[in-house]
Amino acid sequence: MSDETYPHPDVVLQPHGPALVRGATSVQAEDGTVHAVERPVVALCRCEKSSRLPWCDGTHKVVPRR
Amino acid sequence: MRIPKPRGRASEWLLAQLTSAGRAGPAPAPESWDDEAVSLWTLHELSYRGFEDADPAAEWDAELLVVRQRLEAALEDRLRGRWPGADPGPADVPAALEDLVATHEGPSLADHVRRHATRDQVLEMVRQRSVYQLKEADPTTWVVPRLPARAKAALMELQFDEYGDGDPNRLHSELFARGMEAVGLRPEYGAYVDDALPETLELNNALSMFGLHRRLRGAAMGHLAAFEMTSSIPARKISQGLARLELNGPMAAYYDEHVEADAVHEVLAAHAICGTLAEDEPDQAAEILFGAWTCLDLEARVASALFSSWGIQR
Repeated sequence: MSDETYPHPDVVLQPHGPALVRGATSVQAEDGTVHAVERPVVALCRCEKSSRLPWCDGTHKVVPRR
Repeated sequence: MRIPKPRGRASEWLLAQLTSAGRAGPAPAPESWDDEAVSLWTLHELSYRGFEDADPAAEWDAELLVVRQRLEAALEDRLRGRWPGADPGPADVPAALEDLVATHEGPSLADHVRRHATRDQVLEMVRQRSVYQLKEADPTTWVVPRLPARAKAALMELQFDEYGDGDPNRLHSELFARGMEAVGLRPEYGAYVDDALPETLELNNALSMFGLHRRLRGAAMGHLAAFEMTSSIPARKISQGLARLELNGPMAAYYDEHVEADAVHEVLAAHAICGTLAEDEPDQAAEILFGAWTCLDLEARVASALFSSWGIQR
């Protein structure tokens, strides 16, 4: 079986949701702070409304869709 | 953990059967919902960590399996009778899950904790939740070998995080135990089962039953998705409520961890697990929705029972 049987990208942009990122070890937030990554997959906020930037906290679900 | 206190003749029979090797005569029917719920909870627990005062061989005892099957059939009938959905399931399972979660109405413990709950009410909620949270993710792990490749890999990605990404200190059940200790509760596995409401036991029994039966794998995954999809925002509210009551520290850290973790998990559960499972096994689509709806319904029943025990109309 080739590696390509199933698509398994490292970065997945979720419609109306966060960006899932696999295998990152650190993430620099907009304010320049570098955050260590401790889990194999992280969800990065794309709506900019999260209370825990740069991570997604689910807030996009209560933000009106553009 | 020791065998829970009996709540009627069926659980009394079970206690006798588990401690005196089959000398208790034929199994009586449960005399109440409480009796039924604690009996099934006890039988399921034999497959998790078991009891120090029960024979380890009881897990696969034929007579006890007959009783377990009878209790599970009654539970499944009740759950399916409550569910308003039907076969065939939706074509777009992730979208249907999002719609279900967005439109389901139930009393919110998280809103109450954030703004109004007393310290005693929060501690009671933690005791009730501890029946599951001290074995968080375990019932779901039973489903792994029963899934097709994509759903299986995605479930493992999610479960690995539940189990602390390999670090026992970050195991979610350990974080919860540390939180309990920090707010003055007993952190031992099963410490508050005797205080569990029948609604709490029913919720736990449904989760165990979904996990233990291959036939119910779709319901187990739907339950997981609904649980994760309704976790991030409520976890933040509970964390804020804990801070309001000056219960911040390890208990709040547990909920803070769930804000971030479950924002990841809900995407994995809805799309990479339930979505691909329904694509690979289309007959599971309705089962996924059944499990998801049941999760929200049972959580709402626990919340209603707690509100009513506190004399609050919701």
